[in-house]
Amino acid sequence: MPSSTGNNLKSSGRSWFGRLLGMPNDSPLKAVIVTLAVCLVASILVAGSAVLLKPAQEANKERERLARIGEISALLPGVEEAIRMGDSIRLEARVVDLATGRYLRSIDPADFDQRRAAKDPGQSVAIPPKRDLAQIGRRAAFAVVYLVRDEERLRAVILPVHGRGFGSMLYGYLGLSGDLSTVIGLSFYEHGETPGLGALIDDPQWRSLWQGKKVWLGAGIPGIGVAEGPVEPGSPEADYLVDGLTGATWTSRGVTNLLRFWLGEDGFGVYLRNIPNQRG
Amino acid sequence: MESPARRAFLNPLVNNNPITLQILGLCSALAVTKTLATALIMSLAVTAVITLSNAVISLIRRHMPRNVRLIVQITIIASLVIVVDQVLKAYAYGLSKQLSVFVGLIVTNCIIMGRAEAFAMQNGVGLSVLDGLGNALGYSWILILIGSVRELFGSGTLLGTEILPTISAGGWYHPAALMLLPPSAFFLIGFLIWGLRTWKSEQVERSEFRILPAGGSERAP
Repeated sequence: MPSSTGNNLKSSGRSWFGRLLGMPNDSPLKAVIVTLAVCLVASILVAGSAVLLKPAQEANKERERLARIGEISALLPGVEEAIRMGDSIRLEARVVDLATGRYLRSIDPADFDQRRAAKDPGQSVAIPPKRDLAQIGRRAAFAVVYLVRDEERLRAVILPVHGRGFGSMLYGYLGLSGDLSTVIGLSFYEHGETPGLGALIDDPQWRSLWQGKKVWLGAGIPGIGVAEGPVEPGSPEADYLVDGLTGATWTSRGVTNLLRFWLGEDGFGVYLRNIPNQRG
Repeated sequence: MESPARRAFLNPLVNNNPITLQILGLCSALAVTKTLATALIMSLAVTAVITLSNAVISLIRRHMPRNVRLIVQITIIASLVIVVDQVLKAYAYGLSKQLSVFVGLIVTNCIIMGRAEAFAMQNGVGLSVLDGLGNALGYSWILILIGSVRELFGSGTLLGTEILPTISAGGWYHPAALMLLPPSAFFLIGFLIWGLRTWKSEQVERSEFRILPAGGSERAP
């Protein structure tokens, strides 16, 4: 079959390769070999591009994460002007031991990777399924929080939060005012929710609803969350709930659950009680 | 007569346009044309995928096992799409976030598999590349046109630069909110097809049946 000696595939005489190319296309052996060869080349291409481009992608994600922290602190009244004027407002990163609620000075926040730590049994704790509202399984023993200070006064605390949405993990930051009573902002920098539905957690308009919401129902009981459906303005609920996302019930619930988890005893509960007592 | 190369490249631009004549690839044309920037990136991504997939498939067409050829084609197309997606995530992160799943969905874009089956399986590499480029351009110019119209009239900007100052920004233009919703792309493509078929009446399809006047011969005997 002269036509099947390939256009650019060199076959040296009647070697096994030449014989293979000479086989009819419908022979099962050739079909299997050609298919496997295509898959092999394709997988090398895919794996190669994923590995080669990973550093650039990670850098993008890191930039996005830092941008979100900056965005939340910029929501504080007066902070943007103050930063522009070169005032004494500072954004500090601190590592917190979630069990004791104390700052750890021995770990540099820049070196601590909370996501990697959560996978390491030595650096994380398992959450009993009953209390695991955010459905994360394990959480790292420590977390990196960001403090916004004005002179010595604490203006805001920015906490990393994550939990399961509808189809993906939602990673974000929750900004609380200095007295920890109200929300400054909630911003998710990484998620894989459905575009146009759950992905609206990233929508600037919905994000703006969080500003000024009350955090606590009673002492230590987080009430902040997403309503099922719209919230009646002026009703008592409107103090601590934001409008649910239409068509994204599971994502909305996921956001409520992850907030209650991270503000609760298994999350930052101990730390938040401790803040007034310690000078960071 | 035109040379085959010329035909392979120029025919899909207007005369055999994948969107307006074959009505393929509409889903992505609705989804990514809210702004011109996303339409441009999507056009580039589809151009890269369709050209490369046509080239690769044409290269191995003589050894393609007949009975599993669709699977082999999809494997090639899907791998190319993943590579394009990875490149976008590395070098156009913001836009790739806006395009979200629609880059991945290029795999299921009928234009690409259509060209692989209809053209690359029967023609040489050079011609297949030209055919791929032609179809990609035919797809792209419509996406870019719709994207420009939607962004200009929906948000008063083009590529983020203000053209028509909107009322909310202190100007005079009242943005047409419909343009921000996917159905507006349907209307625009509809008008475009109407216009093209008025200009080139050979594109009008023959009706498959004639509607009888009411009360005609349709009465039961």
